[in-house]
Amino acid sequence: MSPTIPFDPRVLRAPHPVPGAPDNWRRFFSFNTDAKVIGIQYIAVSLFFLLVGGLLAMIMRGELLTPPADLVDPTVYNGLYTMHGTVMLFLFLFPVLNGFNNLLIPPMIGAPDMAFPRLNAAAFWLFPVFGVILMLSFLVPGGPSGSGWWAYPPVSTQNPLGHFINGQFLWILAVALSGVSSIMGAVNFCTTIIRMRAPGMGWFRMPIFCWTALAAQAIQLCGLPVLTAGAVMLLFDLSFGTSFFRPEGGGDPMLYQHFFWFYSHPAVYVMVLPIFGVFSEVFPVYARKPLFGYHVVAIASFAITFLSLIVWVHHMFYSGTPQWMRNVFMVTTMLIAVPTGIKVFAWLGTLWRGKLRLTTPMLFCLGGLFNFIFAGITGIMLATVPVDIHVGNTYFVVGHFHTVIFSTITYGVFAAIYHWFPKFTGRMTYEGLGQLHFVLTFLGSQLNFLPMHWAGLMGMPRRVASYDPEFAGANVLASLGAFLLGVATLPFLINIVSSWARGAKAPANPWQAIGLEWLLPSPPPAENFGEHVPVVIAGPYGYGLGRDLVEDQESVVQRSLQEA
Amino acid sequence: MTTLPAPPAADAAANGQHGHGGHNLTGFVLFLCSESLIFLAFFAGYITFKLSSPVWLPPGVEGLELRGPLLYSVVLVSSSLVIVLAERALHQRRLVAFRCWWALTMLMGAVFLYGQASEWLQLPFALGSGVFGGCFYLLTGFHGLHVLTGIVLMALMLWRSFRPGNYDGGEAGVASVALFWHFVDVIWVVLFLLIYVWR
Repeated sequence: MSPTIPFDPRVLRAPHPVPGAPDNWRRFFSFNTDAKVIGIQYIAVSLFFLLVGGLLAMIMRGELLTPPADLVDPTVYNGLYTMHGTVMLFLFLFPVLNGFNNLLIPPMIGAPDMAFPRLNAAAFWLFPVFGVILMLSFLVPGGPSGSGWWAYPPVSTQNPLGHFINGQFLWILAVALSGVSSIMGAVNFCTTIIRMRAPGMGWFRMPIFCWTALAAQAIQLCGLPVLTAGAVMLLFDLSFGTSFFRPEGGGDPMLYQHFFWFYSHPAVYVMVLPIFGVFSEVFPVYARKPLFGYHVVAIASFAITFLSLIVWVHHMFYSGTPQWMRNVFMVTTMLIAVPTGIKVFAWLGTLWRGKLRLTTPMLFCLGGLFNFIFAGITGIMLATVPVDIHVGNTYFVVGHFHTVIFSTITYGVFAAIYHWFPKFTGRMTYEGLGQLHFVLTFLGSQLNFLPMHWAGLMGMPRRVASYDPEFAGANVLASLGAFLLGVATLPFLINIVSSWARGAKAPANPWQAIGLEWLLPSPPPAENFGEHVPVVIAGPYGYGLGRDLVEDQESVVQRSLQEA
Repeated sequence: MTTLPAPPAADAAANGQHGHGGHNLTGFVLFLCSESLIFLAFFAGYITFKLSSPVWLPPGVEGLELRGPLLYSVVLVSSSLVIVLAERALHQRRLVAFRCWWALTMLMGAVFLYGQASEWLQLPFALGSGVFGGCFYLLTGFHGLHVLTGIVLMALMLWRSFRPGNYDGGEAGVASVALFWHFVDVIWVVLFLLIYVWR
């Protein structure tokens, strides 16, 4: 057990940042242009929305405990699942990953900050704005949008109460603003990685997290504009009387589905690619081995980017898609398992005969990898046209999706938080609470999402508030799992709040990790390396190879110790 | 392009680490690539609608008048040449010539917007006139918004040209705006072919 530092409340009022304390908290509420402040802002606000989205999910699972719609009525239920999906994707996962990009990319490549610090801050401050806009839709007449996070017309072009400002209008506005913010972020992250790497850091000396961040942001640049085009047309249909997607006016609702999924399928890769990056960073540290097949893993990220842009129609196999199109997109969808499978084998190769340390971040990554392999297999099932037509629109899809989005991506988010928490706050987290968090989360997610697969194969439709009593068993299990996941959040919150306030002081490199960010003091100074940018002389992940990462490593480490 | 030695700041920008001009141009090119995809999506939607709609033009509409739009299209597209002259003048440090060419580009953009506005006022169909009406006003309107943005950005650059020492750190701002203007023109050529020429 590491000793805790006696807590001195004066540090909270100190005018200048004191390393290792939740110092000068006012900067987190200001238009601060420091990427490390913005990163923490993103993560803190998105964790708040994780709680909001989780609360909505638990109300839904409470409703689904019993077959009839008794807890909430079906209209409210429609609003709940729409808002749950939208909050979790646009207000939790995208922003939390942008937070990691902000925290990790500049120190990992030895840059002082992002390429456009003011643009960065502006992109962040749009986030609370569209968060509030989306939440306001609970208050407008008619309640929030009930057309799902995919907002298919003709449901989403209905405006029965006739108010100009309605739930669907606010939904489109929030998603469009989120898109603007993400484009600003994507331009910034790509420019930073392309132009601001430390001397000596060629492309193939870059940590995998930066590769995957670049690959994910490239998807944002290609895909988001298409969603924006679709959203603009949907807004015109809803509010200004056009008929792009209204069949009664000669429009084509299928076209919206193409626009939507052209972005929103790759969006899953925007979320999962950085988590692949987290896995690739965490496994070598706690297995004490170099990442297996570094070059292949790096290139596979861009293979995934490319393939992700040509698979979108697999969401529309049962929407009246022509047979030739189904076949083409079935093949492209299955092809994406190749670069993904390569990565899975690279991680297994990294773990193989490593000296494993089962710390909290390692546990979350191992659990995430386990769940991801399961979700990958159900993904291949869903890519197969005959299976998809059978289980499409059932809980099988819900189970598959949540195994990816929660049991892989959100596990990766937790792993990243535990792994880099000491670096960016200067405080260690409590290992026992972290492991309790992992155990509860792992049990909760299996209990929640596995029965959904079963119910789906039996034919239980999704997006409904009431169901046939034959599915009651699976739903009771899933609901218990969901409540367990809610409980699992408590040790996490207690852990990060109390660790930041009074956890043990973190050394510069608590995990003996190799990487530019671990050469900096914890927390790093405002401009990272400032004037003394080290010259990189080797690739990343040199575990057990006994080589230095940068020129004159000893003095770089000494300098960071002095600054701390 | 020029025989004059590059300003010292351009060297730093080429090295990437310190000059922010180079970052600006990289970032702006990335943004333009992304922005062009919105138009590509609109074009794809337009082509799909046009090929699949049984009734395309709203009742009572024969087709679009070609002569007026062709005239102001020529004005817009030739402004791309004028802005090149402006950039060259700036490169040679002839500020007055730069401002003249630059203002002429703005004027040509404004003429285009005026032409488009007067066409909109005369058209016999509205935004709600079927898919055709929606597509026409959405596409030309969205493009017109970009022309307006371009003119505003040019006005900003014109104002900046009166601040002494503004171009010592390179001309990334002017280069970015000129690139944006070329982008707006290229988009218009495609849009014109799709909407006015393709019957």
